[in-house]
Parts: sequence; structure tokens; C-alpha cells
Amino acid sequence: MSDPLAPGPGAGHLVAEPAVIEARGLVKRFGDLTAVDGVDFAVAPGEAFGFLGPNGAGKSSTMRMIGAVSPVTAGHLRVLGRDPATEGDVIRARLGVVPQEDTLDTELTVEENLLIYGRYFDLPRAVIRERTDELLAFVQLTDRRRSRVEPLSGGMKRRLTIARSLINQPELLLLDEPTTGLDPQARHLVWDRLYRLKQRGVTLVVTTHYMDEAEQLCDRLVVMDQARIVAEGSPRELIAAHVSREVLELRFSPDEQQEAVARLDGLAKRVEPLPDRVLVYTDDADRAAAEVTERGLLPTSVVVRRATLEDVFLRLTGRSLVE
Amino acid sequence: MVAPALRVMEVHARGYRRTWRSNVVTTFLNPVLFLLAMGMGLGTLVDRGGGPAALAGGDYLAFLAPGLLAATAMQTAAGDASFPVMAGMKWMKTYHAALATPVSARDLAHGLLAWTTVRLLMTTAVFTIVMAIFGALSLPRGLLAILPATLTGMAFAAPIAAYASGLENDYGLSSMFRFVIVPLFLFSGTFFPIGQLPDWIEPLAYLTPSWHGVELTRATALGTAPAWPAAVHVAYLVLWLAVGTVAVGRGFSRRLVR
Repeated sequence: MSDPLAPGPGAGHLVAEPAVIEARGLVKRFGDLTAVDGVDFAVAPGEAFGFLGPNGAGKSSTMRMIGAVSPVTAGHLRVLGRDPATEGDVIRARLGVVPQEDTLDTELTVEENLLIYGRYFDLPRAVIRERTDELLAFVQLTDRRRSRVEPLSGGMKRRLTIARSLINQPELLLLDEPTTGLDPQARHLVWDRLYRLKQRGVTLVVTTHYMDEAEQLCDRLVVMDQARIVAEGSPRELIAAHVSREVLELRFSPDEQQEAVARLDGLAKRVEPLPDRVLVYTDDADRAAAEVTERGLLPTSVVVRRATLEDVFLRLTGRSLVE
Repeated sequence: MVAPALRVMEVHARGYRRTWRSNVVTTFLNPVLFLLAMGMGLGTLVDRGGGPAALAGGDYLAFLAPGLLAATAMQTAAGDASFPVMAGMKWMKTYHAALATPVSARDLAHGLLAWTTVRLLMTTAVFTIVMAIFGALSLPRGLLAILPATLTGMAFAAPIAAYASGLENDYGLSSMFRFVIVPLFLFSGTFFPIGQLPDWIEPLAYLTPSWHGVELTRATALGTAPAWPAAVHVAYLVLWLAVGTVAVGRGFSRRLVR
């Protein structure tokens, strides 16, 4: 086995397949609640694809349908060219899943968790043992091999969950909020490992409500809000299409903000007053900052920054991603 | 290629290898204590009184031992089919992890039952040997009783696992042990023939799988005729197992596939 982390032999089929995932008019309802309301998207082989949106937007429900664990209510869905309704087990055999919550067996050790998971895939024990060595090295848990899972840190459990999801050498890896709750160091380690997987040809599908995560990981993403897709593109495209290149953030003392906003009129393409600050969308934030001063305004703070996906989301929905 | 339900069974067995020490006390020590206290302590009194006549000629210890075997199988099954289900669905969510693999909710349900069967065979075998050492059971006939005792346990395991799959927390399980398992342990003919019960309660005992299980196990261990034809006892236990097996598959699917 030359590269244990690369997708298994099934990956070769992907060349002939137009899309790893194809969804049209996909709907998920739980009783009266419509969690996913007619979404369309397609994911190409080797792509890192993201679902960005706040909690409750329908990202996880979409992921669970793709993972062939939650039945589709209506619409068309194909994963690895197959129908989850009739070939769920075949799809799942070729998928890796990192769920939102850790679902490790905390009474067992690190390596036992990989062993039992590999057995669910009917992998021979010798193969599992070999992959365990490589996967634990990959997620930097080799020295924890015989530790019980319970006392491990959140970041270690997350990495173990990622290692576990790779035991069957999946062609497609589904990650539901892979770094939620992790400290910055742990997040960067996870991102780095996911980037390496992508380099090896694994298709990644990620949900997140962190715009920095989406920017770090995703070639292309859809923005979801209230069960629908509200925008689609690469992070750069989305920023270009919906907001300006740069943003000027101005803070005024609360009683002065309203008057100040009135005097910013015509300064830039768009001025967005938020409760605690004013966002000025412009292609040249330094220039705009200078003009603010020229107009005789005295903000308590001035920040010049690049536009982010957070601005896109705010623009599209009028709300922040993380509330 | 191993059937998915059998892989689930294997995973349970691997988990058990790590955790068996923690439940060895409830599995073996408790029944042995009952055997000593009731069989040898109380039994001496019973045998001095009119006991042997009421117990169809045998001594109390010989009467008690197979009953205890069946009742222990019931208790072990109740524990194994309930708390692990809560752990898989809610506490550790390991069932959700398994569902991301080719394993289905039904496989999880049936794998649990398969494992419970294996565990009951092991538990009742060990318990039988322990009882034989105390002279409470005669070998090799006593070993035959492992089968009806395991069947008794399974007649409980399947419906209990189905019940557990519908629960949101473990209060329902504590109630089940308190109000169902413990009374059945005491009043299913384990410690005394149900003929000793008030007449209006006696027919209720016929409805419980545990009475049928105790009768069948005792008759097998002692080589005597059971209260009803053996086939009726077996059929009644199999009915509970069969209905429970269907229910647990549905229960797991309803709870886990959403």
C-alpha cells in the first residue's frame, strides 16, 4: 500500500462520473418543519465544497441525506452515482463521515475505536491494524494509541474522529462542523490535515458557520439560510458578487452614530449601520477613511480590512453568521 | 464477507472484553449469594418442614437452583438489552457512528440480540458450573438447562431492547427494573411454586415469560415433567422473542433513521 490515505480503488470510477454529489430540488421535512427546502448543488471529484450558514439553516440535514442515513423527503439526490434510497449501504461503504458531535466509544481505547469501526466496514483485522498505524501518525495520536478515549482533549477526540472516518479509505469525506468548539491551535491542525487529504484527491464536503473555515477549506461553497441556498460560488466570487473588495469599519459613540451615518451618504457603494458599528463597503478603504476625516467626522475607531464571507452573509440575510 | 448484524455482534463482544470485570459482581456474585442465603440457609428450614412434599420430593436447593438460573438469565438480559441501547443512542451515540457505515439500524438491533444470546449462553454456563460446585445442580443434566434459561433471557431481551429504543432517558429503565424485573424475579416460581400465591394472582403468572422459563428450565435440570407440556412453554417464550425481534428492528429504525 503506497499511500494509505488516498481514496481506495473505487476512486478510479470518478473520472467517468460527472459529479460526486448531485442534488436537484432536494427537500427534507420533519413533520411540519421544513429543514431543507428545495436545494440544488453539485460537487465535482476532488473538490472541497462547503455549506456555510448559521445553526438551523439546514446544513446538517443536507449532510445526513448525502451520508445516506436520513431519507430524502423529495427531490433528486445521487451520491457517487447512486441513489441513497436504494443503495445506502453501498454509498456508505465509500464515504467517510465526521459528525458534528463526537460519537466515539469513550470506554474503549483509541486503537479499539478504529478497530471496531473498521470491522463495521468488514475490513480484515490485519488491514485495520496497518491503517491504524498510518492514520494515528497522520492525526498525531500515535503516542495515545492505547489510551482510553474518555480523558482525551476535545481536539484529540476530533482528530481521532477524523482518523476513524478514513479507515475505509473514502473517496468522499463529509465533515459536519469539523472544528466547532476547538481552540485555535487545534483548529489549524485539523485544517492542515484536511488540506492534505484534499491534495491526495479526497473530495471534501464541509459544513460550517465559521467564515474563516469556509475560506480556508473550500474551493466552492453555497450559503444556506432558512433551509434554502441563497448564494453559490468560490469565496472570492461570492465576495466580488455581493460585497466590495474592502470594508471600512467605523465605530462612533452610540448617541452620535445616527447623525454620522447620515453624513456618510455617497461615500461608498453601500453603508451598513450595525448596532455597534458602521460598515462601509468600498474598493478602496484607505481612500474612504481619508474622506471620513475630510467630512469632519471623528469615529472612535477606524478599521480597514478585506471583505469576508461574513459580509456576504450579512448582505444576503441582514444577519450575522454566528449569533 | 460477514453479515452486518454479525459484525455488530463482534463489536459488542470486543467491548465486553474490556468491560466485563465491572459487571462480574452483578452477574455472578448476586445469584451465588441468593443461592447461599436461600438455598442453604432458608432451604434447611424448608426441608425440615413440609417442603419436600410440596416440592415434588426434591430438596429446596435442587428446586431453587434451576429457577435461579432462569431468573438470572432474565435479569442479565434485561440489563444487557437496555443500558447499552441508551448508550448507543444517547450517551455515547455510538449507534449513530455505526450508521455512517454499511451497517443499518436493523443490523444494530439484531446484532445486539445476537450478542445478548452469546452472553447469556456464557453467563448461564458459568453459573451452572458454579451451582454444580455447590452441589445445587447435577451435571451433565444441569448443562442442558442452559438452553431454556438462555431462551428465557431472550424472551425478555428482545422486547426490552425495543422498549429502550423508544426512551428519552433512563428513568424508564429504572422503573422497569423496579416494577417489572424485580417482581418477576421473586414471583415467577423461582423461590416457591406459584401454587403458593393467592388464587387470583396465579393466572397472572401464566402470562409472564419468566414463569414459563423457570418451569422449563427446572424441568430440564431435574429431568421432571414441566407444569404444562414443554412445547407450550417453548412456544410461549419463542412468541415473546419473535414479537420482540420484529419490534426492536422497527424501534431502532424509527429512532435512528430520521
